Amino acid sequence: MTPFVRLAGYAAVLAEDNIDTDIIFPARFLLITTREVLGTHAFHDRRFDSGGAEVTGFMLNQEPWRGAVILIAGANFGCGSSREQAVWALADRGLRCIIAPSFGEIFQTNCFRNGLLPIVMPGAVIAELIEHANRAESFVVDLENQILCVGDGPPIAFSTGAEQRLALLNGWDETALIMNDYQDSIADFELVQQRCQPWLYE
Amino acid sequence: MPQTLYEKLWNSHVVRDFANGDALIYIDRHLVHEVSSPQAFRSLGDAGRRVRRPAKHLAVADHAVSTRHRGDTFDDPLASQQVATLVENCRIFDIPYRALDSKDQGIVHIIGPESGFTLPGTTIVCGDSHTTTHGAFGALAFGIGASECGTVMATQCLKQYRARTMKVKLTGVLPPHISAKDVALALIAKIGANGAAGHAVEYCGPAIETMSMSARMTICNMTIEAGARIGLIAPDDVTFAWLEHRPMAPKGAMWDGAVTYWRTLKSDPGARFDKVVTLDLSQIAPQVSWGTSPEDCAAITSAVPDPEKLTDPGARARMGKALAYMGLQPGTNLTDIGIDRVFIGSCTNGRIEDLRAAARVIGGRKVAPGVKAIVVPGSTATKAVAEAEGLDRIFQDAGFEWRHAGCSMCVAMNDDRLLPGERCASTSNRNFEGRQGPGGRTHLMSPAMAAAAGIAGHLVDVRTFGDDG
Ligand code: SF4
Repeated sequence: MTPFVRLAGYAAVLAEDNIDTDIIFPARFLLITTREVLGTHAFHDRRFDSGGAEVTGFMLNQEPWRGAVILIAGANFGCGSSREQAVWALADRGLRCIIAPSFGEIFQTNCFRNGLLPIVMPGAVIAELIEHANRAESFVVDLENQILCVGDGPPIAFSTGAEQRLALLNGWDETALIMNDYQDSIADFELVQQRCQPWLYE
Repeated sequence: MPQTLYEKLWNSHVVRDFANGDALIYIDRHLVHEVSSPQAFRSLGDAGRRVRRPAKHLAVADHAVSTRHRGDTFDDPLASQQVATLVENCRIFDIPYRALDSKDQGIVHIIGPESGFTLPGTTIVCGDSHTTTHGAFGALAFGIGASECGTVMATQCLKQYRARTMKVKLTGVLPPHISAKDVALALIAKIGANGAAGHAVEYCGPAIETMSMSARMTICNMTIEAGARIGLIAPDDVTFAWLEHRPMAPKGAMWDGAVTYWRTLKSDPGARFDKVVTLDLSQIAPQVSWGTSPEDCAAITSAVPDPEKLTDPGARARMGKALAYMGLQPGTNLTDIGIDRVFIGSCTNGRIEDLRAAARVIGGRKVAPGVKAIVVPGSTATKAVAEAEGLDRIFQDAGFEWRHAGCSMCVAMNDDRLLPGERCASTSNRNFEGRQGPGGRTHLMSPAMAAAAGIAGHLVDVRTFGDDG
């Protein structure tokens, strides 16, 4: 996984609550079995009209936000399905950080698995950030110190789960970690469980 | 200290406790389908890993499969490639696979319970958010992403954080014609699509104890639409009677031992929940959704709400946008909304009880002219039972199409999808923009309500439908 330490660039805004994974990555593109180059389908039905032309009003279609690295969103961002394509598609577009009042839980977990940082901020702070983003000021996210800086303003602190922060900073592969560190614990667990609940091992 | 059901399930699966509520959790069961698995298998293959315990996994194709034909005939070459990839991966990694033309095929969340793969006291995951369904059996079941699927295959474990707990107490008696789907939609309308986020929800109260497993599964299934990854119901005699003799359920003395253990799986008296919500079932009217989030639901007797009456500008904007997408005017009676399509099926409402409820409403009548209606059983086994009962005839005589099992128009990955602007009475779980096809408009409701809407040609109150046609 690509480590996430520090990120600088523009922030785009999609300040609607309940932006679900079908909006982020419509289901019909789930027939693609790769995880690469999915960015063209991110927000597909918002970015393109039914004739396939770009919707000019959509912020990620406008300069300089076309190349935004941060997305500021409404509450419950990423609710809905578990499809990790939603995260892969955002990452493929260069978005590495999403700031929202709350997230769909599975989406949030998927972010951490793919080097994207989801930051939870209260609505009032987000309202201010949106103004800065609309003025195309540049944002800096520093995960090491857990601060966000916008333009010349004072740093804004945020917090991330300890395990998740370490995994992001180091770009850890969780599967490899578990296999390296806990093989014996897993085997021990299975032995005990097999004795107590043998029907799970038939 | 008294424990909640969630805490008991969590504690019995901790392989390693980290600080702050994080733990390495053992996963007993993994359901695999064609859409969320190819990337997980590839990550396994690329790293030269094998599946730690193949027998703890069960694979089936459901999301992308055609419901018009069975076998290898697909309408979309990408879909056929996706299913072929699943078959090949299951062969390479030795995972049991339910063939498309077998009698055991169906939607993951329907065949898991039907097979007895889903058992109380287990941890169950699937690369699918509606894994909440299996919580109806007192299993700790939750949806995960494809990367996590890969981790479960390789290690049979996941790092998880402990959820907060929420108790939803269902009181009162369900009025006639009101179903579990109405209960779920009313609850989401009450607490919001975000209302249970971060929580493991346990449904309890006298109303739950009298509910069938089918109704319990519908309620747990919809829990994700309230924002929670986990919905739970304590297993009881209803659960055990439903599970006994299922193919993969324990047998003989093993069954007795299992039931003895499963009886301990309930929240202790005095167990503390972080949040408690009460819902009086006797007050619930049939629910339909009018917007683009499952929280946008109201009683069928009401009208499309007016955004101008909202004070919060954000909420007003969202409602305006939802109504624009849905093509609805504030103040329109919900019963005046005409429909083009009916979809009866999905992991929410594709079980035999759902099909019976829909068939019962028909009463010899026909689908309204111009309305296209399909019934898609949740599993091939469900389809066979329905056919043995003659339900397929009732539906077909009324003008419904009778299909093969699959997700179908719940997710619109195959050729079952709405055209832009088409309006659908649907028993599925999500009315998101484009969920049933780009530009499609979804109204969520119960199977009886959807069948009635199909015959009336517009949304209708199933409680009075028999009287006025
Ligand atoms: S029926 Fe719908 S919600 Fe259920 S598993 Fe299939 S696509 Fe998902």
